[in-house]
Amino acid sequence: MEPKELQELLKLINRLEFVEFKYKLGDLEFSAKTKFYQQTRAGKEVVTTYAQMPQLTSAPAPHQATTPPVHGVRPVADLAEEADSAESSGGSKASLIEIRSPIVGTFYRAGSPDKPPFVKPGDTIEVGSVVCVVEAMKLFNEIESEVAGKVVKVLVEDASPVEYDQLLFLIDPNG
Amino acid sequence: MFKKILIANRGEIALRVIRTCKEMGISTVAVYSTADKNSLHVRFADEAVCIGPPKSSDSYLSVPRIMAAVEITNADAIHPGYGFLAENADFADVCSQYGVKFIGPTPWMITQMGDKITAKETMIKAGVPVVPGSGGLVPDVAAAKKTSKSIGYPVIMKATAGGGGKGMRVVWNENELEDLWHKARQEAKASFGNDGIYIEKFIEEPRHVEFQIVGDQHGRVVHLSERECSIQRRHQKLLEESPSPFLDDKLRKKMGEAAIKAGKAINYEGVGTVEFLVDKHKNFYFMEMNTRIQVEHPVTEEVIDHDLIKEQIKVAAGIPISGKNYFPSGHAMECRINAEDPYNSFRPSPGEITSFHSPKGHGVRVDTHVYAGYTIPPYYDSMIAKLICRAPTREECIKKMVRALDEFIVEGVKTTIPFHKKLMQDPQFRSGDFHTGFLDTFKLED
Repeated sequence: MEPKELQELLKLINRLEFVEFKYKLGDLEFSAKTKFYQQTRAGKEVVTTYAQMPQLTSAPAPHQATTPPVHGVRPVADLAEEADSAESSGGSKASLIEIRSPIVGTFYRAGSPDKPPFVKPGDTIEVGSVVCVVEAMKLFNEIESEVAGKVVKVLVEDASPVEYDQLLFLIDPNG
Repeated sequence: MFKKILIANRGEIALRVIRTCKEMGISTVAVYSTADKNSLHVRFADEAVCIGPPKSSDSYLSVPRIMAAVEITNADAIHPGYGFLAENADFADVCSQYGVKFIGPTPWMITQMGDKITAKETMIKAGVPVVPGSGGLVPDVAAAKKTSKSIGYPVIMKATAGGGGKGMRVVWNENELEDLWHKARQEAKASFGNDGIYIEKFIEEPRHVEFQIVGDQHGRVVHLSERECSIQRRHQKLLEESPSPFLDDKLRKKMGEAAIKAGKAINYEGVGTVEFLVDKHKNFYFMEMNTRIQVEHPVTEEVIDHDLIKEQIKVAAGIPISGKNYFPSGHAMECRINAEDPYNSFRPSPGEITSFHSPKGHGVRVDTHVYAGYTIPPYYDSMIAKLICRAPTREECIKKMVRALDEFIVEGVKTTIPFHKKLMQDPQFRSGDFHTGFLDTFKLED
């Protein structure tokens, strides 16, 4: 890395107020935690999102909570956008639709351990496509998408607990 | 002892329970609706799970959502707080089916005391004085006359399906009865579709005096003395104090024994409150029993110097109580500070609290979940803080409360602080000689 590049990088880190920052060079890796990324005592990482992603022009995301941003806190999505600028990902982040969990429970990517995941990044889905299962009290609830598009990102690991309104998938409606 | 308690509630009581759990070394889980994201109970719990949208029925009242949160956090006990599901026998039952300890009484105990007629019958059997009454529905005027005569005038006719004062008539003598009987039935029919009427003795100038009891899993029940709660507006308590300025040691002993009898009659487990009506002749009558921790529990805590939430948790864990009754030392009072406009019929005033300074100092306690910058959501009740003062005498307690109210600054929303300030100056209140009708004639502005 050139000294100038390093300088620019350090400026970026400072401006975005990272508390942790990783970086690899070969095949470019990246990781950054802003000060809004908190850890619970149990060691479980909890992302505290204080604001919605910017309003979308296409069909509204399902189960979107309408909470106003808290003073002085920038939307996590904006930060993610800038932090990811080093990655070469296609499509503008601002037009992605969120799929959020409508219930509390345990998130599973497939209907059962021996089956393949319902969706993976790159898959095309329709309205009504089952994207995952959230299990609560022995009941397996299939979560259906309310939008059509391409799966861009899966944000939760298989068999991890999810809460109401937790972000599960990012869908590109233009994909 | 429990390793992890999930608090199925919000606001100041959720924070209250979290505090005691921390002191006991018990892990805490907060549940919250999206409207409570920035609430203190979420901030101070070890773990927090968002369970639903703002509406209570989809969050704090939703049994499946709460149980799912228990599941993903592996909590081994649930504290229901007050309100919401605290006295929901079905919820207590679901908890036991799931092997999670409901910190409170059993579903059966909740049901026994939840139904007013059953509760009264249980009390009669236990030898606890109840408001004399018809015992059931009164079929016609002739029966009404007969019952009223045996109870003794004045009597009150009440709609069995009723509430909110509708279908109620006070009858002072037999001459008025027939006319009021028809009026009461008509109103009951119009308001509730059911013109069933029962009759009770009308307690003149009643005082609402309740006794705190604790029962363990080993059959012991004790009382922790009384709280005077006659300062009520539309049946909502605004100020509570202990000891009651009306009770003497003799009456306290009698009522305490009756409260214990009430608890023992249902083999009560947990903390509970037995409510009595006391007339000016010092006769007392069982009104109802609340099978939960109450809003005004700090008043008792301050005069007996014990943590009632801790006692609740210990009892739920099977630890036996000492078996001792407790009597008040000194005097304590609690003012419920609500986000309401006392100058406009106490209409609710939600919104953002722009500045907040709560009073402090010796003998001053504030239980609250709000802070400067906090937005009071419009979906839940309007209580934002409880101001509790403790002093050696009632007079000093009032002086301290006056000082504390003067120091209490809340800006951005309207609060009932001006009401409490005026109340503290009222000569009748200061004399201690008041009953439940007191606030009916209390004027905020001169």
